[in-house]
Parts: sequence; C-alpha cells; structure tokens
Amino acid sequence: MFVFIIRRLFQTIPVMIGVTLAVFLMMHLIPGDPAQIMAGERADEAQLEQMRENLGLNDPLYQQYFRYVGNAIQGDLGTSIRTDRAVTEEIFTNRIWITFELALYGTVLAVILGLIAGIISATRKYSFSDVSLMIVALFGMSMPNFWLGIMLIYFFSVNLGWFPTIGWESWKHMVLPVLTIGTGGAAIIARMTRSSMLEVLDNDYIRTAYAKGVHDRVVIYKHALRNALVPVVTIVGLQFGTLLGGAVITETVFAINGLGRLVVDSIRMRDFPMVQGTILVCAVLFVVVNFIVDITYRLINKRIELN
Amino acid sequence: MTISNQENILEVRNLCTSFFTDEGEVKAVDGVDFSIEKGKTIGIVGESGSGKSITSLSIMRLVQEPAGKVVDGEIVFKGENLLTKTKKEMRDIRGNKISMIFQEPMTSLNPTLTCGEQIAESLRIHQKLNRKEARVKAIEMLKLVGIPSPEKRVKQYPFELSGGMRQRVMIAIALACNPELLIADEPTTALDVTIQAQILELIKKLQEELGTSLMIITHDLGVVAEMCDRVAVMYCGKVVEYADVKTIFTDPKHPYTIGLLNSVPRHDLKVEGELSVIKGSVPSPFELPSGCRFVTRCPHAREICHRELPALETKEDGNQVRCWIHTDQWEKQAEAVSTHE
Amino acid sequence: MSHPQLQESTGIPIKTKNKSTTPWVSFYKKLAKNKAALAGAIVVLIFTILAILAPLIAPYDPTAMDMSKRLAPPSADHWFGNDDKGRDILSRILYGSRISLTVGILSTILGAVVGVILGIVSGYYGKWVDSLIMRICDVLLAFPGILLALAIVSILGPSTTNVIIAVAFFAVPTFARIVRGSTLSVKKLEYVDAIRAVGASDFRIIFKHILPNITSPIIVQSTLYIASAIITASALSFLGLGTQPPTPEWGTMLAQGRSFMAQAPHISLFPGLIILVVVVGFNLFGDGLRDALDPKTKR
Repeated sequence: MFVFIIRRLFQTIPVMIGVTLAVFLMMHLIPGDPAQIMAGERADEAQLEQMRENLGLNDPLYQQYFRYVGNAIQGDLGTSIRTDRAVTEEIFTNRIWITFELALYGTVLAVILGLIAGIISATRKYSFSDVSLMIVALFGMSMPNFWLGIMLIYFFSVNLGWFPTIGWESWKHMVLPVLTIGTGGAAIIARMTRSSMLEVLDNDYIRTAYAKGVHDRVVIYKHALRNALVPVVTIVGLQFGTLLGGAVITETVFAINGLGRLVVDSIRMRDFPMVQGTILVCAVLFVVVNFIVDITYRLINKRIELN
Repeated sequence: MTISNQENILEVRNLCTSFFTDEGEVKAVDGVDFSIEKGKTIGIVGESGSGKSITSLSIMRLVQEPAGKVVDGEIVFKGENLLTKTKKEMRDIRGNKISMIFQEPMTSLNPTLTCGEQIAESLRIHQKLNRKEARVKAIEMLKLVGIPSPEKRVKQYPFELSGGMRQRVMIAIALACNPELLIADEPTTALDVTIQAQILELIKKLQEELGTSLMIITHDLGVVAEMCDRVAVMYCGKVVEYADVKTIFTDPKHPYTIGLLNSVPRHDLKVEGELSVIKGSVPSPFELPSGCRFVTRCPHAREICHRELPALETKEDGNQVRCWIHTDQWEKQAEAVSTHE
Repeated sequence: MSHPQLQESTGIPIKTKNKSTTPWVSFYKKLAKNKAALAGAIVVLIFTILAILAPLIAPYDPTAMDMSKRLAPPSADHWFGNDDKGRDILSRILYGSRISLTVGILSTILGAVVGVILGIVSGYYGKWVDSLIMRICDVLLAFPGILLALAIVSILGPSTTNVIIAVAFFAVPTFARIVRGSTLSVKKLEYVDAIRAVGASDFRIIFKHILPNITSPIIVQSTLYIASAIITASALSFLGLGTQPPTPEWGTMLAQGRSFMAQAPHISLFPGLIILVVVVGFNLFGDGLRDALDPKTKR
C-alpha cells in the first residue's frame, strides 16, 4: 500500500508540472504585452518598464517559470489588478471553502440520489419505475444546470418563497445551489450504477448466493452492490471535478462568492493574476481530490485490484 | 402416473421449463420425469442444449424470471411440491435441504467476500449460528473438504485459491448445512483432469459420510460410471433413456445413448480403430423436428420417427426408453421402410 | 433482450434468426428497433432542418425590436413570447439553433480530429510518444469541467469562434484516450502483424486497417460529445464569455431573461427547454448508436 501511495504520488508530479506550466504560459499566450495586461490599460511607458522589472519579464522564459512555481509554493500567486490584494489571500480567506462545500455537498447528493435510483432501476429491470427513473436520469444528464438553477429560483424562491434567491449562509441558502450542481452527477451515477448492477447480477456468484438461500435483499446489497460499486467509485472522483467546474455556473446563478464566480468576474474584469491563480488552485484541488479518491479506492478494493 | 414412493427424496414429474424469447418460446425442458432414491445418486447426461442444467435450476427454482419459467409439472421433494412453495419457504430449502455446486469455480464465488464469510453465510441463515460459531464451523467444513491449513484459508479471498481449491470451497458451502440433496452441475468440467478425480472422490466420500442424495449433471460418461446409481439421458429437453447405471453401460437401448457411449474412449473394451462420433449437431430449439428429436442424427431413422414422437416406454426391468425401435411399431414399419429406401 | 441463463446453460445462441445480413443492415435494424434512439435521431434531424431553414421559417426578424411587446407572454402571434426588447423569442431560438448546432458539431469535429490523431499516434507508436501525449491529456483533464474552456476563452477573448476552439480543446483528451485504447486493442490483432510483415507502411496500416476498426467508438463518442459541447458552449455564452449579444444564442438569451424572471419567466424558460430537448436528442441517439455498434451487445 505504501509503495502504491508513493508511486501514485510520483504520477502526479508530471501532471503538476504540466498544470503549472499551462497556467504560467496563459499570460504569455494572451495576445499583447504581458506587462500591459498586468499593469492595466492606462499604464504609461515608465510604469510598464517598472512592471517588467518587477515581474522579471525581461528574464528568459524558463527562469520566469521557475520563479512562478517557487513563488506559488510559497503561497504567492501575484497581486490582483482589480483589488490590489494578494491573490492567495482572496482565494483562501473564504472563497475556496465555499466552493469546496458546494462541490462536496453536490457530490454527496449526487452519490446518494444516483445510487438509490440506480439500484432501484437495476433490481426492477424494465419495470415502470426503472423506465421512469432512467428517463428522469436522461433528462437530468441533459439539463443545462444554469437553466435548472434559474428555474429552481423561479419556482421555489420567487413563486413559493421557500428559499432565498442568492448567497451562501444558512442551510436554506444551500438547498437550491446544491440541487443545481448535483443533479447532473446524480443522473450519471444512476445510469452507471444501473448498468454496473445489471452486469454484476448476471454473475455466477449471484446465482450461488441465491442457491444458498440468501434473501433477495441481502443478495442485492451484500453480494451485488459491493461489486457493482467498483466502477461507480472511480467516477465519483471525476464527478467531484465536474462539480468543481459546475461551481462556476452555480455560483454565478446564485451569486455565491466562491472560486467559480471569482474566475468569471476576473475574466470579465481582465484581472489576469486572479484568473491564473484561481484556475491553478482549482486544478491542484482536483488533482489532490483524485489522488485521495484513488487511494481510498485502492484501500477498499485491494483484493479486486490484485485479482 | 407414478405413485409417490416414500423411499424417493425427490420426484420430478412432467417438468416443463420454457424460455420466452423474441423469436418465440424455447422449451428447454419438456416433460421430464425422474426420481432420486434416498442416499442414491442419479446422473443427468446430455450434450449442451439438452436441458440438463435448466432441469437442475428448475428444481432449485432458480430459473431467471420472467425470461424463463417452469410452465408445468411437479417437483416433489420429501412429499411436498416445491413449485407451490412461497419465496420464503424456498429460501429455507435452498442451501439447507437442497444445495447446489456449480460448474465454474472461478466465477461462482463472490470476489469481495472471504471464503470463510461465504461458508458462514448459509450457516448463519439456516442454522442461526452467530458470527463466531459460524466461523468455527466454516473452518471445520474447510477441513472436511480437505483444504490444508483451514484457519488461514478461511480468511482468504477466492482469487487467492486455485480452481480445485475453489471448488472445494463451493462443496464446503453446499454441504455446510448438511443438505439431504446435493445437486452438482458439471462439478468437474472446468478443472484439470487430475483435480477432477480428486473432487469426484471427495464428493463421493462426503456423500457416503453424510448420507446425502446426489444429482450429478454431466456430459462425461466417465463421471457417470464412477458415481451414479441411475442415469437419465436427456436430448433436446426430453429424457430419452432412463435406466440403472449398469444397463446404460452394458445394454444401452436408445441410439443416442449408444452414440454417446461409442464416442467415449473405453479402456475396458480393447476395440481397435477410431472412435465414432454422433453425426450432425443438436438442432436449433426453434427448429425442432416434429417427430423424434434425435431423428436428424439417428442412423436408424425410419418414416415413423419423422412423423411421431415416441413415448417414454417402461420395460420389464423398470428401465425406460423413448425410441420407436423398442416398440411394436418398429416391425410394422420394416416393410414400409424397405420400399421407402 | 438476451437470455444469458439459457445461452450459458444450453449453449444456444438465441439470436439465430438474423443470419445473413451485412453489418450495416444489422446495424440499421438494431437502431430502428431501439425506439428511444429513433426518437433521438428524429429530434436531431428536426433541429438540423430547423437550423438550416431558420431564415425561411422564422416568423420575425430575430433582432427586430418592438418595445410595445416588451416582456409579452406567449401568444398566438408570438408562440414563445417576447423578450425585454420586444424581440420574438421563437425566431431568436430558431436562429440560435444555427449557432448552437454549428458550435456543437464543429467543436466536436475539431476536437475529435485532433484527439483521434493524437490517440492513434499514441497507441500505434507507443514508448515516449505515448507517454508524452498521455501526460498532456492528463494535464488537460486536470482542469475540472468548464474551467479549461474558461481559461482558453480568457486567453483568446469572448467570441463564437473562440468558444468553438475552447470546447474543442476540452474534447481532445477524451477522444485521444478512447482512440488510444481502441488502437492498442486493434494493434494486438495478428493480422496487423501480418500486413506489417508484408511491408505495408505505417501510414497505410493506420488508415487502411486501424482507423476503420475504431470508427464505432469514435462515432458514438462524437454523438454524445455534441450533447455536452452544446451545453458547454451555451454555458460560456450564459456567463457572457461566449457568443456576444445581440446575436441570438440560447445561453445568452437565458442570461438576459434572468433579470426579468419574476415578470417574464418565459424569456429564460424556452431557450433552456430547447437546449434540454436537443441535448436529450443527441444523448438518446448516441446511446442507441452505442447499443447498435457495440460488439458486446451484438451477440
């Protein structure tokens, strides 16, 4: 197990290098002078020169990259053009936790709903409940979440007044955004669970279990589900990433001050250090979560992996 | 019909199991009768497609519904018809009174549960043992089926065991609750030849020790010779010959049985020359011949065979055969055929 | 329906009746039998026709403002109502379908072409080329969800063309991975060794022998990808980082309706509903294609 963790850790190194490189290069890929971009539109030539000096833009590219990574490791992702605050301060004070919470609750909701729906569907193949659940899942998967968010606000906040429209404070604020962000994932997990369960239920060892006189329920939850979950667990990590991305939309719709909204606002304001920083943090967060999921997965399914 | 015999642990009467496919009904088992005497062994023999496995699954009521269904007949186990039992009553019987061993030891064990857990499961269900007692019994069972260092094996997962060992675990699971009837569906087919003999010997030994009745499903006449008291030969969902094992080997009646015997290498008869094989192949279940089902491959087929399905006739010795050759009709046919050919 | 139990225990292949059909006929038959897939195909077809014919069938000019009809709810004249500038929503949706379908299809094609090339090269040549390409894919996939597209749009600036590029980028690693896997499994087949022994060039082997063998997963993935491309593209426009107003685009229309949700929910309702229907169509069609093309279900 220890060896596996180390090996998996080494695998993330090239990804991390690639991610930082990509984010670093963003600045240089933008058409125009990076100093101009960093200093803002109205900067004069002296200011620009000063900026070049400060940012080390006159150094060779690889030196700039190493400096960027070195600074990033020390928690320096530059300064926001818009607010003059440190990018890391803006990200880590509040925003990252809100987004993390949102994505986490969304994932939990997706997993719970998806598993329940998938199991019901698989155990009652071709029944009315199976067909209707799968139709719902198809629609859930195909639904643009920005539209879902707006419609939820319209029905539950504007019409019924049950939940507040915007913000992220009490649990009441969280209901609609979590629904918005989790629906797509729930649909995908439901479909995945169903097909995985159906495959497992065709296995010989399920017949063995029935032949032992095991109750149908126990066959499903003890014998089938454990095996069916294997492929499902792998997509939960991916779902978390999708949800992290989905936070961009959800936070915009519900005016939640998380990372997603920060990215969008910063792009609009052309606040590039902030865009860079946020995207980097999200990517790193995703890589870390995937790493954790992989380790957990491995822990749970050591025996299957060996098989 | 047959009168219920107290000596018989299981009586199958006119069992019909069908599968309903897009192309139509497949009568996988079509009116099968046989019985198993207490403590004795019956062999169900046939090629794949003969319906022998579906017969065993029907007895366990494990045919997958709604695609497959037992449509007619009776399965009388200790005087009670299993087909009228409720789901719960059936669960109490499965793994407890009637157990089953399957063909594929590699896939018939759950990969996510230890061997011990899988043996203990039926003990906990049927004998209401607690976790600890079940574990002790599981180790005992592993010892009984000849697995070395059972204390260690009980904690292992199936993938850590060889095919032969897994089949031993399967046997341990099946026999854990000391069932009165054990159904073994091709228990050795997937194993190496040397292991096959060991497993058969083990089953035989345990059967004698525990007094279990045994039903072996196989295509291997060697297994039949070694293990069985009576044999039912099946072809396309029907029993074509039903006799004691001695008669099957010394005086087979049905051309199919004869064909099967001739295709097996026999060391007791030092016959020179090539083995014969039965010509042709099992007909598609959608295109069964209207008369005798074996007619397409039978070397003796006459006009009546194409026209009419022979009945399963009981001979003086109590053995049964389903063939026109062994009826009065056959001689009457002789003249007709000589002009026919 | 298949019958594993019957098949397994009897060895009878149940699908014995469709014997002498060509792969295409059997493919078509399977697809036609799958009513859901057929429905999906019809939806896709209808929207394609609507998009092509939009200028002919749209009842109004999509950019013509009529302040007297500001925020008017659906009526006989304006089936989907009017927006905050009095423009006819139905006409705007019809014109919008041209953008959404174009973006969805073009970005998928672009991403698929690049992804397929990378995937084949990766799978066929292996070694360091493979490692390099796969690491690049890992990096691209490390940007979760829509963030990669956002990063690209933030570099290139918001416009329809840049949305196509951004969404295509997003598709590259997915296609590359799938194609790499398929290439590896085809490459393992003995006949590929045989033709190589005969002296066929790599180019010829790839185009004549490998590519035709991996078209099924590519087609299935493309169809399903168009669905998510349409959503991603409209999401970017919704965020104001894609197609810019006043061009009628579904995501943009939806975003504009947000401010008038209480008075005129129909402004946001209809564009979203249409996205949903189109995406369901592509997903159904893609699922059906997978069932029809997947050798596993062919039996």
